[in-house]
Amino acid sequence: MQPISRIESRTLVMPSTNIDTDQIIPARFLTTTTKEGLGKQAFADWRYDANGAPKADFVLNQPSSAGCEILVAGRNFGCGSSREHAPWALLDYGFKAVISTEIADIFRSNSLKNGLLPVVVDDTTHRWLLDNPGAKVVIDLQSNRLTLPTGVAVAFPIEAFARFCLLNGTDELGYLLQQEDAIARHESSHV
Amino acid sequence: MAAGMMPGRAFLHGSSKHTMNAKTLFEKVWEQHQVVPETGDTPAVLYIDLHLIHEVTSPQAFSLLRSKGLKVRRTDRTLATMDHSTPTDPDEVFGRVPIKVESAAQQVKELEKNCREFGVELLGLDSNQRGIVHIIGPELGATQPGKTIVCGDSHTATHGAFGALAFGIGTTEVGQVLATQCLLQRRPKTMAVEVSGTLGNGVTAKDLILAIIGQIGVSGGTGYVIEYRGPAIEALSMDERMTICNMSIEAGARAGMIAPDATTFAYLQGRPKAPQGADWDRAVARWSQLKTDPGARFDHVVHIGADELQPMITYGTHPGMVVPIDGRVPIRAGDEVHAKSLSYMGLTAGEALLGKPIQVVFVGSCTNGRLSDLQLAARVLKGHKVARGVRVLIVPGSQQIKREAEALGLAKIFTDAGAEWRESGCSMCIGMNGDLVDKGQYSVSTSNRNFEGRQGKGARTLLVSPATAAAAAITGRVTDPRDFLNAGKTSTGAVVHS
Repeated sequence: MQPISRIESRTLVMPSTNIDTDQIIPARFLTTTTKEGLGKQAFADWRYDANGAPKADFVLNQPSSAGCEILVAGRNFGCGSSREHAPWALLDYGFKAVISTEIADIFRSNSLKNGLLPVVVDDTTHRWLLDNPGAKVVIDLQSNRLTLPTGVAVAFPIEAFARFCLLNGTDELGYLLQQEDAIARHESSHV
Repeated sequence: MAAGMMPGRAFLHGSSKHTMNAKTLFEKVWEQHQVVPETGDTPAVLYIDLHLIHEVTSPQAFSLLRSKGLKVRRTDRTLATMDHSTPTDPDEVFGRVPIKVESAAQQVKELEKNCREFGVELLGLDSNQRGIVHIIGPELGATQPGKTIVCGDSHTATHGAFGALAFGIGTTEVGQVLATQCLLQRRPKTMAVEVSGTLGNGVTAKDLILAIIGQIGVSGGTGYVIEYRGPAIEALSMDERMTICNMSIEAGARAGMIAPDATTFAYLQGRPKAPQGADWDRAVARWSQLKTDPGARFDHVVHIGADELQPMITYGTHPGMVVPIDGRVPIRAGDEVHAKSLSYMGLTAGEALLGKPIQVVFVGSCTNGRLSDLQLAARVLKGHKVARGVRVLIVPGSQQIKREAEALGLAKIFTDAGAEWRESGCSMCIGMNGDLVDKGQYSVSTSNRNFEGRQGKGARTLLVSPATAAAAAITGRVTDPRDFLNAGKTSTGAVVHS
């Protein structure tokens, strides 16, 4: 995983609430055995028509969306299935962060483990972002702040250890493997 | 055990004061599995007792192990099966013809290879113990009270019906558990859902959980572990409790739990992976401690009455968009998301759902694919024919359930009525194994998700109980199942056990 400390990008806005992981990546694409190449299938059923041609009215297909690395979504983004293919697809598409007022638990956990930054903001900030698609915003993980082009900066919560891993580009498995002695002790006393 | 060492905790007569040591069921299980407690800088290291694996969310985790030269730490705590992308057509299942979905066939091969290479027990396509992962865990007695159980599937919450702490994880976490038998977790908040009263005739556990989701909302449980409590919960069978806990994730909660009791112990006794002999007695003594102590505090409490509940049906594109069967599609002027959802569903605000023509009926899934679900559907369908032009697919949750349903004559009732009877699997709950609903068709389904495209591209899913699904199969329309169940005779719960 590449270290992340600062993301500066225009936003792409999907105002729908409760965007579930079946929309982010439909189940028929989950028969893969690798993580790669899922970006072209991100939001497939909203993005392509029955013949596989891009739907012009879907936000991902609009020219202004090219290069946007920050997805602003309606409340409760990433609900439903635990498929990690959802953050894999979003990252492969080119997103580096998702902003909403609520982000579902399993999706958030999966995102943090892959370097997709889940950013939860207050209603006022969210409203501003929904009303201003394409706004250039800065997400600074060093200071845990999101800065709008208006100069307004808001703090966002992030779990301390996940933040450490993102800033340093390390994954959790190494840390868990280092707990071997404690795990063995637990096994001999509890199980 | 810790619970036994709390002096006088429960007996502050008439006092509502929270005692220092009073703990919730969740807290007891959590504390018994902390390898390293959490700090400000680091999450807890949580020990996992049982890791269930399936073909869709494990291949990349095994690849990770291989690339790092790691082994599966506890193969004795790891159990694999295949259910999601596998076919339900007997010829495909038993290799008489190739699996039609080629990539699914590849996934099946990959899981077989991974289990062989890493020494993991696999209940594969030819196993008579195979089935949906959340159905076979309990069926084999591997699911037990007080265990921590994970699986790369959000419906892992099902196992919480036994008083286990069970939750869905992603594939990176599958790799972590394979390698270390542990996960890094922040302690979630606790929510009590207190259900008073008694479910009426024709009103099932599925209707109750749909009503609960309708009340707390699809994100109301985010960050929480739910404990379902109260007389209406205690009266449920294990099959029904599993239906309740299964859909916790549809309210946003990663886990749902129900305290183990005599019903739980009776279900588990004698199952192949349950403790036997003296171990059984010790286990029951230990499990009996797993109750929320009087005076223990929840972060949030929700009350719901079972008496007034009706059979429920969803009308939209998430499980919280739900009304009683005789209800109307809500009118929400100016709500664009609501309008978009209704447009997908082909429904109009204010429209009644009863009488709506439907094209597909699906009975099955980890929510409602157990024997009592099939018994309920059979009770409605017996002596009737499926309505002309309606496709009815009935899929047992496991091969064992399939055998039992055939021995009890249920399968014959289904096929005599004109329904299709299949091998076990996730089937039409998730559009990735060949069992699909066509674009624009209405599917009355006992599964757990009515998301856009969940049952197939453009499919329109109406989530219901097995009784409501069976009633729709007969009439070809959304129908109140009580029209087919003898009103006032006996409760659905009693029928299920008869």
